[in-house]
Amino acid sequence: MTLVHAPTRSEFRDALIDIAPALLAGMPMGLLFGALAVAQGMSPLEVLLMSSLVFAGGAQFAALGLWQYPLPIAALLVSTALINARHILMGASLAPKLRRFTILGRLIGFGLMADENWALAERRAADRPLSAGYYFGMAVVFWANWVLWSFLGACLGPTLGDPDRFGADFAFVAIFIGLIVALSRGRRRSFGIVAASAATAALVHSVIGSPWHVLSGALAGPAAAALLHRAGEK
Amino acid sequence: MGLDRTTLLAILLMALVTYATRISGPFLADRFRLEGRGKAAFDAIPAAVLTALIAPAVLTTGPAEAIAGAITILAAFRLPLYGTVAVGVAAIVLLRALFAA
Repeated sequence: MTLVHAPTRSEFRDALIDIAPALLAGMPMGLLFGALAVAQGMSPLEVLLMSSLVFAGGAQFAALGLWQYPLPIAALLVSTALINARHILMGASLAPKLRRFTILGRLIGFGLMADENWALAERRAADRPLSAGYYFGMAVVFWANWVLWSFLGACLGPTLGDPDRFGADFAFVAIFIGLIVALSRGRRRSFGIVAASAATAALVHSVIGSPWHVLSGALAGPAAAALLHRAGEK
Repeated sequence: MGLDRTTLLAILLMALVTYATRISGPFLADRFRLEGRGKAAFDAIPAAVLTALIAPAVLTTGPAEAIAGAITILAAFRLPLYGTVAVGVAAIVLLRALFAA
């Protein structure tokens, strides 16, 4: 199978440089997830399996909120589906940019799609074709980083301190703000789209609660873009 | 290291649901050709998803988060991603200390 084409090495290097801030931000989040999961009764092996197979931080943290024995499997699955429903929009948006990958490359590639590596792939695709070397370099390293730190967090357990003290929780917010600005620059209606998503997500989060804000905010932006669109515009 | 059978089942089902959300987007995208209004909506997805994920943390948590968010947005217009993250994290640590005092 050929997942990778030349000149792969420089593409891979670019991928590592671009994903590095997300790797750093993922470290305290992974440690925290592992430590909390063990406190909820999971074993380190179960944490390792969940992080490597599910690989979705938001859904995994939400699962910990529901985690009690006997396990409420239906509630866990509904929560997971709701939080991860944004992947459907993300995958649809990324699909044309991965069209040159092989079938196997796409089946694995979309399986590794997470907020951070997806956003970097979108930004990359905005100014040049997305290569397999870049996409997989970024996605596999980001996946391994999450698995590693959450497993270590499970092994170290509650000896770890609160990551919020170091502003670690805000590192992801800052990364996303940087990517939103990069994706929006020079585009029509960007302000309206971001404002509609932000207002809807904040309102829904306050009134209804998590995780409904993710899907509603993700749909409000495209709705605003459609409303603001004028006939005859490209 | 234990591995409980029900826990394993829960993990596998969560993984299956998550993979389904990741792989269904491309199948939907291949069915439709978008133009005009639909394409404008489609192109808005990346910024909208990222905004929805962080909006409550910035807008409804407290003054420290709101001010640090504004500072980070300003930084993002002038600095590369690394600089933006450094400014954002420094701002939140200082502001939280300030508002906690």
